[in-house]
Amino acid sequence: MSETTVAPKTPTLPEEWREPLIWLAILCTLIALFVPLAFLAGDDGVAKPLRTPAGLCVILIAGAVASVRFKGWFGDILLFLSAHVTAGILLFMLPAYTGAAGWGFWLLLAGSWLLAWQVVTRLSDRRLNGYKQTLLDLAIPILFGLWLLLLWEMIVVGAGVPYVLLPPPSQIGARIAESLPLLWADFQQTFLLGVLPGYIIGCGAGFIVAVLVDKVPFLQRGLLPVGNMASALPIIGVAPIMVMWFGFGPSSKIAVVVIMIFFPMLVNTVAGFAAAGNMEKDLMRTYAASYGQTLSKLRLPNAMPFIFNALKINSTLALIGAIVAEFFGSPTVGMGFRISTEFGRLNTDLVWATIAVAALAGSTFYGLIALVERRITFWHPSARG
Amino acid sequence: MNEPSLKEPDVSEKSVIQIDDLSLIFETNDGPVHALSDIDLSIAEGEFVSLIGPSGCGKTTLLRVIADLERATAGSITVNGVSPEQARLNRAYGYVFQAAALYPWRTIDRNIALPLEIMGLSKEEQNSRIAKNLDLVNLTGFEKKFPWQLSGGMQQRASIARALAVEPDLLLMDEPFGALDEIVRDHLNEQLLKLWEKTNKTVVFVTHSIPEAVFLSTKIVVMSPRPGRVHDVIDCNLPRERTLDVRETPQFLEIAHRVREGLRAGHSYDD
Ligand SMILES: Nc1ncnc2c1ncn2[C@@H]1O[C@H](COP(=O)(O)OP(=O)(O)OP(=O)(O)O)[C@@H](O)[C@H]1O
Ligand SMILES: [Mg+2]
Repeated sequence: MSETTVAPKTPTLPEEWREPLIWLAILCTLIALFVPLAFLAGDDGVAKPLRTPAGLCVILIAGAVASVRFKGWFGDILLFLSAHVTAGILLFMLPAYTGAAGWGFWLLLAGSWLLAWQVVTRLSDRRLNGYKQTLLDLAIPILFGLWLLLLWEMIVVGAGVPYVLLPPPSQIGARIAESLPLLWADFQQTFLLGVLPGYIIGCGAGFIVAVLVDKVPFLQRGLLPVGNMASALPIIGVAPIMVMWFGFGPSSKIAVVVIMIFFPMLVNTVAGFAAAGNMEKDLMRTYAASYGQTLSKLRLPNAMPFIFNALKINSTLALIGAIVAEFFGSPTVGMGFRISTEFGRLNTDLVWATIAVAALAGSTFYGLIALVERRITFWHPSARG
Repeated sequence: MNEPSLKEPDVSEKSVIQIDDLSLIFETNDGPVHALSDIDLSIAEGEFVSLIGPSGCGKTTLLRVIADLERATAGSITVNGVSPEQARLNRAYGYVFQAAALYPWRTIDRNIALPLEIMGLSKEEQNSRIAKNLDLVNLTGFEKKFPWQLSGGMQQRASIARALAVEPDLLLMDEPFGALDEIVRDHLNEQLLKLWEKTNKTVVFVTHSIPEAVFLSTKIVVMSPRPGRVHDVIDCNLPRERTLDVRETPQFLEIAHRVREGLRAGHSYDD
């Protein structure tokens, strides 16, 4: 654990593609110089083309040329600055160009995006020591994510996409900020009262039944085919029945979650128990180990990669299950309820805000499980890296 | 375990393993495989018996029958006077597999502790046995490494330490030194011989190496394949205390020659 091994990373962009893409960025910028940046309504109400400012083009081209000229950190920094200063200025001007962006705007955006891509590629090739590398490893996906949001914002606003179809991230962000108490209540209802208990019950039950199935082989023949069938049950069909049986409250959501995740857990755990090698099992036999000792010292640790696989799949399934179940009946709170009602009122930004919360909750949940997994199954060939 | 015995520490006549007319047929999809056929073998307490023979002649299978990892289809076998199953449940033997079979989620010292945990030994007892046996196989300093961080030969040595830590009276070893280089092999051969001399263990040892078999054994069982049979049993009456130099003596070379002849004859059944 203590060694600082540098895992070889695959470059995000093949070497031979890099320079051509730089030239493409320069080409975009040059063309932008001769096409309008936007069409702004004048005093007479007639849209007039606005020339692309030469200064912006100079910044981009300077960065592009510098990146070819300087391969070291200096080049990285110039490249980073030119891409992001341009993008920053475009973002700053964006509100004025709502629905009015011209080819110049899109070409400059494409140019700065190409340069930013180069930055990410060059950064991910860099090797640093200790915490600096950790920071860099963190910075790269963050930069990537920010650019996704940026492009989303620019395209939706610049092209004038109706907000009902797709609101820009800035509006979703603003909506999240002003509806925090509402979103928090929804999160509590769906995640803390539905997903989490359902997850614990479903995974726990799946595991316990797996141990029983393992001990009583006839169950294996009977239960596993049923399990495979049950995991193919459409949640759309199950959810309304559960709501009918268990009411609008969280118990029906828990029931749906349990039904969805029980069998993946069961099947994976049984497969994991069966995966212990013959020689490893023979070893236990030579020690005259009891069933329980063989289970706890060999078959359970050996099954951990399988079990964590199920735990990860189930974290996603549980969230989907609880949200969809709310479509079929819930109190007037909950993420699924929010999505279905606000969608009906065409409050798309609140729908998106809820989706963002769900995505954040789901990926945090998944990430935590993956973190525990890394601690426990570090020995598995797939984790040793 | 045993009550203190008054007999001299020499090879006694008490039989540890008694095999009569034993056969084993594996039923496979392509028909039955006669892995062992009419084996007769008697191994007395304190003997060091090597099984040697071409690949596929049933050495591993025979060892597994003794260890109750495989059931004979005919004939009889007793280990310490009881059935192999009873002997296994009594933890009568330690088994070294042809591959290391260490658990990758346990460090080397925890791997060696595995049988000791199962036997319910105290922590102090476990630790002293771990240290002693790691030292014996020259792995001191590697106790906190994981098996996959060691070379194949080191892993195999760790698995030998694990079997020895059980301190069994009967050691069943399936090509334990097959994966090791010559020098380490010589060293471990000497260590094993010393251990055997000191503790009066009974050892059944599978090998492909004639010098190794002659150097270690009191008795060499030459096997031949299809069906697996005992071709010849060669007594090996070198002095009990021997060093590696014994390999240059005429007596040693003569026994080695006999073993080689036996192996040749066994092979010729094929053609
Ligand atoms: N589980 C099994 N099922 C079917 N056949 C088997 C099984 N185990 C061993 N055999 C067959 O029994 C015969 C003896 O195998 P065994 O493993 O005992 O050979 P061996 O002498 O140990 O060979 P090697 O020196 O290569 O280890 C072989 O022909 C093998 O194919
Ligand atoms: Mg073998």
